[in-house]
Amino acid sequence: MAEKEEKGEDGQVAEIEKKITEAFEVFDRESNKTVDVREIGCIVRSLGCFPTEAEVQELLEKIEVEEPGGFVHLEHFLPVMTKVLLDRRFRPIPEDVILHAFEALDENKCGYITKDDLVKHLTEGGEPFTQEEMEDMLAVALDPVTDTLHYRDYRTKLIVDETKTFPFNV
Amino acid sequence: MHNGQNFSSDCKILQRQHAYFPCRFPCIHVYCSVSVLTVIRAAILIQKWYRLTMARLEMRRRYSLSIFQSIEYADEQDQLQLSNFFTFMLDHCTHPDSDLSLKEFEKEIDVPDSYYGPRLSFPLTVEDANALLHAFRNEQLLHARYVLQLLSETRRVLKEMPNITHLSTSYSKEITVCGDLHGNLDDLLLIFYKNGLPSEQNPYVFNGDFVDRGKNSMEILIILFAFLLIYPNDLHLNRGNHEDYIMNLRYGFTKEVSKKYKDHWKQILSLLRDVFSWLPLATIIDSKVLILHGGISDTTDLDFLNALERNKVRDHIHKQTGPSEEDNSHDQTHDPRSQNGCTPNKCRGGGCYFGPDVTAKLFERYNLKMLIRSHEFKPEGYEISHDGKVITIFSASNYYEEGSNRGAYIKLNPELTPRFVQYQVSKLTRRQNLQERVGTIESSALKSLREKIYAHRSELISAFAQYDLNGTGRISVNDWAAAMESVLQLELPWRMLRSQLAQMNPDGEVDFMSCFYDLKMGQPIKEAQPALAETLCRYRKDLEIIFNIIDKDHSGLISLEEFSQTWRLFTSHLGIDIQDDSIDKLVLSIDYNKDGHIDFNEFLEAFHVVHRLEKKATS
Repeated sequence: MAEKEEKGEDGQVAEIEKKITEAFEVFDRESNKTVDVREIGCIVRSLGCFPTEAEVQELLEKIEVEEPGGFVHLEHFLPVMTKVLLDRRFRPIPEDVILHAFEALDENKCGYITKDDLVKHLTEGGEPFTQEEMEDMLAVALDPVTDTLHYRDYRTKLIVDETKTFPFNV
Repeated sequence: MHNGQNFSSDCKILQRQHAYFPCRFPCIHVYCSVSVLTVIRAAILIQKWYRLTMARLEMRRRYSLSIFQSIEYADEQDQLQLSNFFTFMLDHCTHPDSDLSLKEFEKEIDVPDSYYGPRLSFPLTVEDANALLHAFRNEQLLHARYVLQLLSETRRVLKEMPNITHLSTSYSKEITVCGDLHGNLDDLLLIFYKNGLPSEQNPYVFNGDFVDRGKNSMEILIILFAFLLIYPNDLHLNRGNHEDYIMNLRYGFTKEVSKKYKDHWKQILSLLRDVFSWLPLATIIDSKVLILHGGISDTTDLDFLNALERNKVRDHIHKQTGPSEEDNSHDQTHDPRSQNGCTPNKCRGGGCYFGPDVTAKLFERYNLKMLIRSHEFKPEGYEISHDGKVITIFSASNYYEEGSNRGAYIKLNPELTPRFVQYQVSKLTRRQNLQERVGTIESSALKSLREKIYAHRSELISAFAQYDLNGTGRISVNDWAAAMESVLQLELPWRMLRSQLAQMNPDGEVDFMSCFYDLKMGQPIKEAQPALAETLCRYRKDLEIIFNIIDKDHSGLISLEEFSQTWRLFTSHLGIDIQDDSIDKLVLSIDYNKDGHIDFNEFLEAFHVVHRLEKKATS
């Protein structure tokens, strides 16, 4: 372990930068170190961060976006994102908090939320879902017979799916 | 404490609200206002969490597509490396006579009464085309006689056509342009269903790569050629790099034809080779829109392209010259990029990227407005580059795997404004949701990646060992990623893929041998030395092609002598150092019944990488 400590902060920064570069390059269609600005939210999140849309926008304000076309260059993204990861910003929340959030929408505490309620809460409140996002969520989440979302099952379904395959926590 | 501030505040607020819930009646006023707040906070949390989950899913989808594409391009490199060798071998095989007239085919090939498929009479009519569509929807085959007749008629018509077809929109409302189809009949049928059959009012341009990869290349050709004969002025075909007999050997079309037409496959392929050589190279609409399969380079010269004896230069699409070489004016395998100039495409069979300046120069010289090309996989079926001047159109949906991508076609109106229509064929009765789709694509991508890893086993092990100075069997993630890239050169996000490919110790180091734990050869062959087995595994596809060329009667058997001769030629061509006697020993052991012949399909099947778990599940 002594060896590791010797590597120190520089080594850690270098490793974080490599991880960011990798994630960035998956979205870099032309292999020219740029991505579409609309992909930034996805890249930030796939690096294990948990920002709101507003926080993604805040990040983008710090990054130079090349107009026209709305491209973000890796060299502008890298320092901002490295700082986010070093500062451990936007950490994921524990599973039970998500459960509480669903419970908060479940007024009668019956363990499920009806489709209508869910659509109302998620497309009207907070940082509203687009129609596409809502449809995608419903396609997986809803019990097709009762048109309700049993959130305990749903949450485990997504979490299992993730931990099985998703490797990427800094 | 791992959690940032914003989370803890979310968390606290939620917990506090919970404390309020039981006391509804005494403090009903407080409850209401807090409840609204709670609900909004809860919604934000769920939205945030859902977007995170989706982002990760999107990342998996993207890296899976990267895996497919990198492996595909590496494969094109292999094909290029062996192209001369294949040509050499083919030139030493005889070609059957395919220069017969319609009447002669009729005399020579009998169609039995028991044949229930469509019967063609020439000249073809729309009814014939409809009968063909109907038959192919029901998975019927067209009899070899009609196939040969159709091909010979097609050749006659194509021979009359110029290299570059000039079209005009003024006579019709819109022209439809389709890209790569790759043997995916369902895509073609869907396009016809959505967009109508080709006719004088509904002209089409098909921009190459009709065949290979998919199961129904033959049917696609038959349909396209039939409509070409019926509407020679309204359906136009451009040649793609897969309209080429050497490509067809590797990418499946040769195999498809030989399976479907057991008696006449050689004659059909021979005639097709000729038909392909007569396919036009490009289409120009209203002198403004240039359509060709691959792309352009800084030396593209349309006058030269127009004057070319296209049937004599097999290599004009196939040869993949670099930008510095002179004779690449007709080379079409170029992909557009935003960087100026022509830069070599190091992943893709020696082709090139062309920049916006190259496009601008060509447009100025020929007064063009738009370039439509295909040749490149696009997840959405199309992509626009160079400020809208260059469009890539790709019409094969589910190209890598069910759900991997959409296909698209272009509608061009008389103002030459393109409109894109996207689609995706699904064989499943129930639409898979996003999670399921990504899961399918990912596991199939990882499977091909693991095969690649296994085929480079010894190289990888020595690369790992260079980092493992103390011989612990463990290296850092960083070193592991560097070793993977140095050997495989696929430009993949190795750190991200690590958890799928190799195990990590609690102290964060990769147990590098775990890359190979789940993989083994199809059948354990004791006689094969590990190095030999690995070589056979890596070149399995190439060897299959070569053996098929040698196996003149297509019996699946070749003599031991032919086998070892070919093996020597092949290994010396590639510069592989394998001792001759080790392959001889292996081959002798495969000739189970000692009749001097080996079944090469069975032989090569043994060197197919399988996953231990899958093997268990099926056996």
